Amino acid sequence: MTEKLVVIGNGMAAGRVLDHLFEQAPGRYAVTVFGAEPRVNYNRILLSPVLSGEKTFDDIVTHDHAWYAAHGVDLRAGVTVTAIDRAAKTVTDTTGTVTPYDKLLVATGSSPFIIPVPGANLPGVVTYRDLDDVNAMLAAAEKGGSAVVIGGGLLGLEAAAGLAMRGMKVSVVHLMPTLMERQLDAAAGYLLQGAMEARGVEVFTKANTKAIVEEDGRAVGVLLEDGRTLAADLVVMAVGIRPNAGLAKAAGLNVNRGLVVDDEMRTNDGDVFAVGECVEHRGQCYGLVAPLFEMAKVVAARLTDDPAPRYEGSFLSTKLKVTGVDLFSAGDFADGPDRDEIVLRDAARKIYKRLVLKDDQLIGAVMYGDTADGPYFFELVKSGEDVSDIRDTLIFGRSFAGAGAGDPNAAVAGLPDSAEICGCNGVCKGAIVGAIQAKGLTDVNGVRAHTKASASCGSCTGLVEQVLALTLGEGFQKADVEPMCGCTDLGHDDVRRLIVAKELKTIPQVMQELEWKTSCGCAKCRPALNYYLLCDWPGEYQDDSQSRFINERVHANIQKDGTYSVVPRMWGGMTSPSELRAIADVADKFAIPAVKVTGGQRIDLLGVKKEDLPAVWADLNAAGMVSGHAYAKGLRTVKTCVGTDWCRFGTQDSTGLGIKIEKFMWGSWTPAKLKLAVSGCPRNCAEATCKDVGVICVESGYEVHFAGAAGLHVRQTDLLCKVATEEECMEHIAALTQLYREQGRYLERMYKWAKRVGLDTIRAQIVDDAARRRALFDRFVLSQSTAQIDPWAERVAGKEAHEFNPLKLSLAEAAE
Amino acid sequence: MNMRASDFIDVGSLDDVPVRGSRVLRAPGGDIALFKSAEGDIFALRDECPHKKGPLSQGIVHGRSVTCPLHNWIIDLESGQAMGADHGCTNVIAVRVENGRILLDARALAAQAA
Ligand code: SRM
Ligand SMILES: Cc1cc2nc3c(=O)[nH]c(=O)nc-3n(C[C@H](O)[C@H](O)[C@H](O)COP(=O)(O)OP(=O)(O)OC[C@H]3O[C@@H](n4cnc5c(N)ncnc54)[C@H](O)[C@@H]3O)c2cc1C
Ligand code: SF4
Ligand code: FES
Repeated sequence: MTEKLVVIGNGMAAGRVLDHLFEQAPGRYAVTVFGAEPRVNYNRILLSPVLSGEKTFDDIVTHDHAWYAAHGVDLRAGVTVTAIDRAAKTVTDTTGTVTPYDKLLVATGSSPFIIPVPGANLPGVVTYRDLDDVNAMLAAAEKGGSAVVIGGGLLGLEAAAGLAMRGMKVSVVHLMPTLMERQLDAAAGYLLQGAMEARGVEVFTKANTKAIVEEDGRAVGVLLEDGRTLAADLVVMAVGIRPNAGLAKAAGLNVNRGLVVDDEMRTNDGDVFAVGECVEHRGQCYGLVAPLFEMAKVVAARLTDDPAPRYEGSFLSTKLKVTGVDLFSAGDFADGPDRDEIVLRDAARKIYKRLVLKDDQLIGAVMYGDTADGPYFFELVKSGEDVSDIRDTLIFGRSFAGAGAGDPNAAVAGLPDSAEICGCNGVCKGAIVGAIQAKGLTDVNGVRAHTKASASCGSCTGLVEQVLALTLGEGFQKADVEPMCGCTDLGHDDVRRLIVAKELKTIPQVMQELEWKTSCGCAKCRPALNYYLLCDWPGEYQDDSQSRFINERVHANIQKDGTYSVVPRMWGGMTSPSELRAIADVADKFAIPAVKVTGGQRIDLLGVKKEDLPAVWADLNAAGMVSGHAYAKGLRTVKTCVGTDWCRFGTQDSTGLGIKIEKFMWGSWTPAKLKLAVSGCPRNCAEATCKDVGVICVESGYEVHFAGAAGLHVRQTDLLCKVATEEECMEHIAALTQLYREQGRYLERMYKWAKRVGLDTIRAQIVDDAARRRALFDRFVLSQSTAQIDPWAERVAGKEAHEFNPLKLSLAEAAE
Repeated sequence: MNMRASDFIDVGSLDDVPVRGSRVLRAPGGDIALFKSAEGDIFALRDECPHKKGPLSQGIVHGRSVTCPLHNWIIDLESGQAMGADHGCTNVIAVRVENGRILLDARALAAQAA
């Protein structure tokens, strides 16, 4: 019978144990994993790039749902284990379920330490440990304002840099005289402080927190021991962590600071193993991933009866993952009478390096500004090699001793095969070179997949690329694009480029020529390809309805009960008694349960049965109304205000211009939805400055604004340009839309595209380059020439009839 | 198991279901979703996602699976099982294709109706 392995905790350590286990003994255990977090396993150390916006959560998932399914793992996500009964060999969880085990693995990680000052539990105070914390910080950052981070260690500084990048005013409060004092000496800590300040983060050292200041039940500031108060809309506590060993202790397992394990990673119960930050090994608790990955190997070996590997403790090195800050430390760098040090400073380039020697051996290294030799020094620290011969030039690093200076690969070329490249996963240079040669790897992703090097914090990616470059010579091409989906390795931009360059004109052709890995794609790539082809080959490409999400396939929005909603166009928000009468009649005739005014200045009929759609549309068409595309990755609405027609402040005919724009642009497909508005004066009653494109009418003409948003993110538009006439206004808007259509990645809203390519780049093409603008405008007009067919009328006329006519089976037949 | 052709009911022609698409069959026991893969294979499932009863017939068909239109669960057309870490299963009705006609298992349909 397969043995039952129960794992408590679904974090980085647990994930790594299971990776090794399934590699070494697939099928040996029936595995159940309890994870208190309601999600799959992810790379916790990359939460900082998610916070700063450099990565998304999907980018950092390490084990997706498919992985759990493929290995038959019963994942209880969002379920916390509350008790272990070692006599009965069962665990009990929050749902009351009792789950038996043969072997138990405790991998509960650690919890953030909360300093016990008054107000520490107020709303507005968060810690930094998991995705929920990141989401809480992002929600706060959306509102702007100021944040105080308590704790100037690795986590605190990453949080501070991330929040600053999200636009908050950030201060760091740190108890000690210099930042990251446990990893850095005072000099490097000082340079680091300068770098944080250059990012707009204010640093308060030697500052002790006395209390969190409360107002209306939430945190509004931090009171320091010296009486100063720092205002804060958000307080982040990042002062340290504590092993999560309470559960183990309650079960009578041996717990000091952490859950005590021996060199085999066993607790005092032979069937209970532990791994990760929750453990204490030889008196040490760790807070970085490298040691726990080493531990994971040992646990997996023990679970598969391989007696060889033992865990004997880890050497640690540290890097900080703040983009643009290069910092490295390893080993022991405290001063001492028996120690000798070599220091190099380059004030202008803000470089600081310090090596600590003892008995002719290197025992510690701290580097700031230029960390290329970090792995080299770390290697010397670990090997304990006698460095007296190279002492004089040691501080200049490997490249000085070996290959010619100036060669960017020199430092890596000079490393011995045993030198560690990836600290997190303990992968040495020789292993990477071996994998590149044996498996014919050509890129970083391949190296990640086969060796795990650069698969965790990613800060060694540059080194891995250098190893690739050295091993492959000319054959190496740097690539770091995010693939469109699991069906291809190509990113959106490459696919778009190749569709045009190779003149690919159908989805099967794209998949064939670009070597798709699946037979007919998936629900992510097919809608994207359909849009790209539609955009690039207007009039020529045949829309593939089976590659459209349901709403666009049937031209109505699906509702949660499987009915649909119908939103007819009301140009510029204007309607008439006859249109309203037709809508009322349709609602009565088809017993439509809800009629609502939308946020887009028109009317939504909700709860229409799918089979009734064509008849509903026929009646609306008869009254002169067409589809409002409320379902489309395409032009939605053009909101307007009453303008000069009625308003005492109106400067131009905003209603008329909005209607003109909507009539010109309806029917166009875009990477994501596109919403416009025209306001008649800067009072801006049509809310034009939070739309994808907004026009503000002024006495002297029209201000065209773009790249706003008011949904998941709220972003005020930027000014594109100011023009004098309606015609120029339309030309600029159409050209801008066409540029977005040609460059946007599928599902990327205009403001995200603009952020990616740069607002100035866009202005340069649309505003400064008249020929380019004209060409874009012409392509938009060409595309519109075949786009403006009312999809409702087509379906009323019988197109895609199978969608709306179910096959029927009578009771008699079935009962037969 | 030895089934006779008469245990199967003709519900329509192969052409009634679009390739990489689906068609709803309104049956006494509730809607059945008929799917056709890119290769032309036909599958029949109860038209109800195991998650929150989303109409699977309205999803995108890819490979031998369909992505539910409401919250993107992926359902295996052969087994009716949710794929990945999602748990749940939709009833599958045995299908036969003969002379361009789609035939469904009558007993499974009757069981559905009962
Ligand atoms: C009907 C309406 C709400 C209402 O009753 O007023 C609505 C309803 C929906 N919105 Fe909206 N949004 C409506 C105006 C808005 C607005 C306001 C506006 O347009 O001025 C916004 C914020 C402005 C913006 O887009 O920046 C808005 C931001 C969203 C978002 C967030 C988009 C984003 O990228 O941040 C979503 C989600 C999405 O698109 O992925 C969304 C998605 C949806 C969906 C399609 C959700 C869904 O997938 O089922 C809803 C469909 C309802 C239906 O079946 O008709 N809706 N939605 C409004 C229709 C306007 C129209 O006439 O077309
Ligand atoms: C923002 C951030 C940045 C970091 N950066 C780095 C870095 O650059 N380099 C580095 O080496 N390290 C870094 N670390 C540290 C690294 O993430 C941890 O060392 C590592 O995640 C520990 O792994 P673990 O499996 O022991 O614990 P975790 O990854 O914390 O996993 C433990 C899991 O167990 C769950 N759990 C706890 N109790 C129970 C229970 N009773 N029932 C069910 N589930 C339970 C928890 O919810 C958690 O999901 C960083 C950490 C953070 C938070
Ligand atoms: S935006 Fe100007 S013109 Fe329009 S309603 Fe407001 S005040 Fe009047
Ligand atoms: S109802 Fe199908 S995924 Fe939610």
